[in-house]
Amino acid sequence: MRRLLVGSGAAVFAVLLIGALLEPLPGGIDLRIAVASHMAASGVEHPVTAVLLNFRGYDTLLEIAVLLLAVIVILAGGLDPAVDRPRAANPILQSLARLATPPMIVVAVYLLWAGAFRPGGAFQAGAVLAAAAVLLHLTGLLPSWQRPALSLRWGMTAGFLIFLAVATGLLAQGALLRYPPAQAGLLILLVEAGLTVSLGLILAGLFLFLSRDPGDEE
Amino acid sequence: MTSGLLFASTGALLFALGLAGVILIAHLLRRILAFNVMGSGAFLILVGLAQDNDIPDPVPQAMVLTGIVVAVAATALALALTRRLHALTGEVELPRDEA
Repeated sequence: MRRLLVGSGAAVFAVLLIGALLEPLPGGIDLRIAVASHMAASGVEHPVTAVLLNFRGYDTLLEIAVLLLAVIVILAGGLDPAVDRPRAANPILQSLARLATPPMIVVAVYLLWAGAFRPGGAFQAGAVLAAAAVLLHLTGLLPSWQRPALSLRWGMTAGFLIFLAVATGLLAQGALLRYPPAQAGLLILLVEAGLTVSLGLILAGLFLFLSRDPGDEE
Repeated sequence: MTSGLLFASTGALLFALGLAGVILIAHLLRRILAFNVMGSGAFLILVGLAQDNDIPDPVPQAMVLTGIVVAVAATALALALTRRLHALTGEVELPRDEA
């Protein structure tokens, strides 16, 4: 009964939503023109990167803060005292992972650098770095993280701290995150480099802190 | 119907599908998955609607990129809490309200 009710409710909701989507928007605000006209002052050439790091940099600052918060909450929740079981190591898989990791790091750096003028940027680069760590962990080459050491904690927070330092440093310009056009490109690259390292560590941490086996507790 | 509207309509369907899943499914892992399906629907609507005449609007795209990363963080947090619940009670479902 409940299934039927919720199912039909969801179906009606979907139909109404699609109906609303098909209505032409009455005089929607076209932000493409606004973005295009300010590209020259943004310091980068790709519009999405310009929006992420310059026009709406505030969103990105809060986003890395949210990620950091998630890791902190997971660590605060207490990690189960579990032993890391050595996995059945497959030598072919391991050597493949060893071969794949250096190119993944190069790809991450390329994505970071390419973000200035084509699709790419800190988040994609960080995701590739984290994927490399997860790959190494799954093939048994990298043990899961038991307790975050001081260097790891600093690494995870570095991106947020650099971003915050740049943002507050620019307060002299009159507003948070208002880059001077001449130095915008350099500052964005600095912020993005910090974000890449921190994002890679945070995303890898989300996996590696949680991948411990609590089943061995009892 | 342009491709953008097709994306948006698919997003609306996914959102409704995920919403029904969040309400109906008691198993927490599957509920988290349903919640992610809902989120993907919302992202598809945003990206699809912003694709007017096949020239994408960078502002919603940046918004979706931010949203994806936040969704990853929220999912990881939800999974961590589910594991904690499982470790403490052995359950993977939330207790039902007796009232």
